[in-house]
Amino acid sequence: MSAFVGARPPSLRVYEYLLLRYRRTWRGTLTSSFLEPLFFLLAMGLGLGHLVNAHLAHSRSTGHLGGVDYVTFIAPGVLAVTAMQMAQHESTYPVLGGAKWMGTYLAMVATPLQARDIQTATLLWVATRLAFASAVFLSVVAAFGDVLSPLALLALPAAVLTGLAFAAPLTAFSITRQNDRSFPILYRFVVVPLFLFSGTFFPISYLPGWLQVAARITPLYHGVALCRAFVLGQVAWVPTLGHVVYLAALAAVGLVVGRRTFPGRLYQ
Amino acid sequence: MHLPELSEGAPGIARGAPALEEVVAARGLTKRFGDFTAVRGIDFSITRGEAFGFLGPNGAGKTSTMRMISCLSPVSDGTLSVLGMDPGTDGPRIRARLGLVPQEDNLDLELSVRENLYLYGRYFDVPKGVLNDRIDGLLAFAQLAERRDAKVDDLSGGMKRRLTIARALVSDPEIVVLDEPTTGLDPQARHLLWDRLYRLKQQGVTLLVTTHYMDEAEQLCDRLVVMDGGEIVAGGSPRELIASYSTREVVELRFLPGEQELRAGQLASSLSGRAPRIEVLPDRVLLYVDDGDALMHEVHGAGFRPESAIVRRSTLEDVFLRLTGRSLVD
Repeated sequence: MSAFVGARPPSLRVYEYLLLRYRRTWRGTLTSSFLEPLFFLLAMGLGLGHLVNAHLAHSRSTGHLGGVDYVTFIAPGVLAVTAMQMAQHESTYPVLGGAKWMGTYLAMVATPLQARDIQTATLLWVATRLAFASAVFLSVVAAFGDVLSPLALLALPAAVLTGLAFAAPLTAFSITRQNDRSFPILYRFVVVPLFLFSGTFFPISYLPGWLQVAARITPLYHGVALCRAFVLGQVAWVPTLGHVVYLAALAAVGLVVGRRTFPGRLYQ
Repeated sequence: MHLPELSEGAPGIARGAPALEEVVAARGLTKRFGDFTAVRGIDFSITRGEAFGFLGPNGAGKTSTMRMISCLSPVSDGTLSVLGMDPGTDGPRIRARLGLVPQEDNLDLELSVRENLYLYGRYFDVPKGVLNDRIDGLLAFAQLAERRDAKVDDLSGGMKRRLTIARALVSDPEIVVLDEPTTGLDPQARHLLWDRLYRLKQQGVTLLVTTHYMDEAEQLCDRLVVMDGGEIVAGGSPRELIASYSTREVVELRFLPGEQELRAGQLASSLSGRAPRIEVLPDRVLLYVDDGDALMHEVHGAGFRPESAIVRRSTLEDVFLRLTGRSLVD
């Protein structure tokens, strides 16, 4: 057999591996991708939401949440937050594991597959996971009657884009690591603050001025705003386009950086 | 340095005979990691179908050389050609025809034996039908047919190693690169592996083997280079190397701990020239001669009473000791 490199796109061959491997481990991921967001929705939306709704009705300021119930307000926020968390999880430990602990990537680059194919397939895989989890979450939210517009269908690609805005830079970063010490730091000092201050559970207009500015710079703020605009059907096209451009730019930067860091790590 | 082309029919020697195809050629091949130079401008050439060894201690530059040949490590200087192509630009096309057995197994422990072979074959885009047939053959070859559905995590070290070799064969490669194939295996597992590698060679597969075991190099390799400190210090067939750099036999004498140096000095003066070369190791003294039994007589006659004494044939270990003044395996 001479110079048979194969016809199928190499990144799809890596994707096939990730898919087959997921068939072995999918049960363990159900909690983080489906149950956790639902718990949030129940606890915060229905529990805490009861108080919030009563307070807003009493003070005649229901307009603060765009005129909707608290649970309806936070549902798209939880969608975006879940996308961020899934992306963060899939883009850190498994990437370092592939390059170091398990050696999966090292096995792959000894075949016609290249480092860039692994990067591409990893992002495709994260996108797939995000799309499925978001679809399930949106269906549940719709079943509860908290989807107010057919535009909510666009919240699915919005959530995937939000996740990729994290996954692309994070995979590019994780592949350069020699150990996992930076991952918990990343979680504590990036993911958790974003989770709390990006407009998921309350409008950022309630934050002090300087924090509002900081919040607007974070990708999660744009992800939340984008998902919320679609689910509530309150789309102002110029800001929406701004969110999309911002998130897409972040994903693109991560992709470009990873095009250097993946080969840098795997070909030494 | 230039490697002497010792094997008969090597290009440049047997003019007129059908030229043997050169599958790997290196000239001045160099690998640097920052300030550290792992491989210092080595030259070698490997012809199709031969088993070629890189023998040397840990840190000699063997793995770096293998990684450059496998297109996994950019060449820092010099030229390298693999199957007539340039690893710098033709990586995927070269790797499509090459099977790599890395130093450390990187099998997927969560997946089954068969799944590991299947997915690896799919990386090469081997069509599913061809692949399934090939996997059955490889499972038999690696003596893993009964464990086909076992999780790799549950296999023994020797089984994992055989699976890694089987995996490297799933694309039907022309060259198989084996980096320390039997390190860490028990003697039985090593002999089984050597047998499998010998079968591959019989099928015409070119084998590249790195090892720090001289017995492995002697068993497997038609031709080898001895590496030390990133350089090639000698090359040839195992027999040629022993003939050039050692004597036919070796007398090994073990004296009481701490006495080796002292006794070696006494042996040198009392045997005066009948053992032209004496090496002192931490635990024994080696005398290099052509007739070991005769020398042993003289040693006893001169009143030496070593704790143990054996006569053996020279091995590549002795060649390495001669060339570098150090043992191959500490």
